[in-house]
Amino acid sequence: MNGTARAEVRMLPDGRRLHLQDGPIDLVVEATGTPAAVVGAYRAAAARFRFVLDELCAELAELRAPAGSKPRRFRGAAARRMEAAVAPHAGDAFITPMAAVAGAVADDILAAMRHAAADGLTRISVNNGGDIALWLAPGEATTVGLVSRPDRPALFARARLAAEDGIGGIATSGAPGRSFSLGVADAVTILASCAAEADAAATVVANAVDLPGDARVERRPARSLQPDSDLGDRLVTRGVAPLDAGSVALALDRGLAAARPLIARGAIAAAALHLQGVTRVASRDRRLMALEAPQTGIILREPLDA
Amino acid sequence: MSHGQLESEADDKVRCDACPVTCYIRPGMAGACDRYANRDGKLVRVDPHVLLERTVERGGAVVPFSRNAAEWSGAVLPEDSVFVTAIGAGTTYPDYKPAPFIVSSEVAGVDMVTVVTEGIFSYCGVKVKVDTDRFLGPEQATVRAEGEAVGHVTTGEYGSQMLSLGGVHHLTGGSKKEGRVTCEALLQLSNSRPVELTVDGGVTIVMEAGASPIIDGVREERMRVGCGSATIGMFAKQWLGHVDEVIVVDDHITGVLSEHQAGKVLDIPPTGVKMKGRRSTPGRYFQVAEPGTGWGGTNVSDPLSILGPFNPKEARPGLTMLMVSTTGEHYGFYRLDEALRPVEAELPESLRLSVERIQENCEPALCTVLFMGGAGGSLRAGVTENPVRLTRSVKDALTRVTCGGAPAYVWPGGGITFMVDVTRLPANSFGYVPTPALVAPIEFTMRLSDYAALGGHMDHVRPLSALTDGDARHMRQIDGNPWPVEPPPQRRKA
Repeated sequence: MNGTARAEVRMLPDGRRLHLQDGPIDLVVEATGTPAAVVGAYRAAAARFRFVLDELCAELAELRAPAGSKPRRFRGAAARRMEAAVAPHAGDAFITPMAAVAGAVADDILAAMRHAAADGLTRISVNNGGDIALWLAPGEATTVGLVSRPDRPALFARARLAAEDGIGGIATSGAPGRSFSLGVADAVTILASCAAEADAAATVVANAVDLPGDARVERRPARSLQPDSDLGDRLVTRGVAPLDAGSVALALDRGLAAARPLIARGAIAAAALHLQGVTRVASRDRRLMALEAPQTGIILREPLDA
Repeated sequence: MSHGQLESEADDKVRCDACPVTCYIRPGMAGACDRYANRDGKLVRVDPHVLLERTVERGGAVVPFSRNAAEWSGAVLPEDSVFVTAIGAGTTYPDYKPAPFIVSSEVAGVDMVTVVTEGIFSYCGVKVKVDTDRFLGPEQATVRAEGEAVGHVTTGEYGSQMLSLGGVHHLTGGSKKEGRVTCEALLQLSNSRPVELTVDGGVTIVMEAGASPIIDGVREERMRVGCGSATIGMFAKQWLGHVDEVIVVDDHITGVLSEHQAGKVLDIPPTGVKMKGRRSTPGRYFQVAEPGTGWGGTNVSDPLSILGPFNPKEARPGLTMLMVSTTGEHYGFYRLDEALRPVEAELPESLRLSVERIQENCEPALCTVLFMGGAGGSLRAGVTENPVRLTRSVKDALTRVTCGGAPAYVWPGGGITFMVDVTRLPANSFGYVPTPALVAPIEFTMRLSDYAALGGHMDHVRPLSALTDGDARHMRQIDGNPWPVEPPPQRRKA
């Protein structure tokens, strides 16, 4: 099978964003800047994209194996980003490079775009199903709304990012999502210097938001659900019954205890943890992440004209 | 799109090779992409694309995904007997695909094209006609689901109460919960599923397209045969000689046989009956009671409460009177005693027949749901580079609009605002996105030459025969729906 033929590359109907889809990878790419720079960046994104999935799949078996203290050598650029992102966590807990796959692909495409059109762009975002690689030209700033569940668009926090903050990645992990979580969080969103690092840290922190042994949490061995899951027979969360306030606070505290050392050693910039309506934030700088006051968050409210 | 071979294992896991990830998928689970799943050991597309067939027997089976060309070729149908609907054609919110299918086929020797897309409609709603005379709530009253405003009571129609639900203001103009609840109610009603609604100052009603309404816990069985006056006119002759007076109780117009023109023609003498309410013309009374869920859509439970004392100059002891509602559901037979007071008695057999005939002439009371939506700029742009030409082509009847293969009525005037009876679409044709907005299928069918003339995306036209990659569900066209692909009239000469 030839990746060039399989991948779908198209402009979205708004004429601004590029949609790239191949197998499970679904990217929405947006660049702003001079028209020539944007076109050049999109061409580069599409050209790079056609090879990403095939490259990953060529090393898939090894990427599904746990990372150790000594980083392995991978051939693919995205695979190398995955390994680099999870290696710092390998000493603390079980983790495989797959924890960073979505962020690493986003980073990879963003890097290709920057390489092709270094000048003339003001902003790039590559959104891989909620894990976002972001680049801002000097002097640029942006605001990102954090949503706890994609099917219920309600903001729970807001990140205000300027170029000098050095935030290159935003990633979210949680029990309800497409990939498995060992914890009970509805959403853990991480700001980091690249999307792969944010993705890996979101996985680690979301796993830590947990209530081990609690009967209100339904867990199943990962392989009973997905036979080729990198998580093997580890128990993954399938459902969480309504929890009392004490249990919510306890689980969130455990998550924060995992997030704070990551902030302290500079691995991530901020973390927002969300569980059953309660949000806790840890950040190297208060300004980065603001909790959304109830009732004020409005997202996607404009009439969408079909 | 290209798809790989299936490998079934003893435990019904399947190996998908739609892409190189080649997920092993357990029964009931989806692969990493959420697009392919294992259903009973077979790999299927999660949202099958619906193709209508007009030749296959009703209940055509789900056609499982398979790349086995030899196996598949048996199911390829002649071009003029397959219509590609927009149901499941694709929309990946917020990045929906414009006109994912632009399909040409030859029908009766004419090259036709159908442009197929799922539209995302925030300018949409449903109009519900509830066949009942019962009072649902005052006109303009707010209609609620889960306590949230989702629409209102609008002007009534013949024998029916009308509700207008949804619309852009409830979907996106109010609170987030209002939008979500409105979207959910519209989705349920559009997919012919029941929804419970409350009307401010009125009733609680359970509505379902194609089913009778349940009003305050009571299922409404039938529509009234006509207003009280009309009922008098229809049945006057059948009552002649069997009863002295008939009063047909109705929320709109209550009829009185002896005073009504129909009674006059039959020389029925005055009975001295005295009606409450406001007399309109002889034998026709407005507002004999308040609206309600009792007799004939009034709040009456004792029909004698709408009568004053009988006039002793005209009434006589022994005089007989039938009181009946406009649906025949409520009735009573009375005889005046010595003091000229009506006393209930057993209904004589001859009058029972007329009551049953009123019942028989009342059609089943149904809730009928019309989905209404407007196809806006980007949807039309998925059809043609010059969207207004599509609008003109629809208005000129050169382009036929269908909704999941069902005929759509296109409202005159600007834009493409259409209405469709939701029971004429295949099951679960409607979806939603969390904007919130509804996702509805829409197809534009026209001559290929007309499509070229309106600036269509000719380089995206694919022949129907190329659409056999198998990730589609074949269904028989719904009974009574016209076949969507018939050549429309020739383009008018300028």
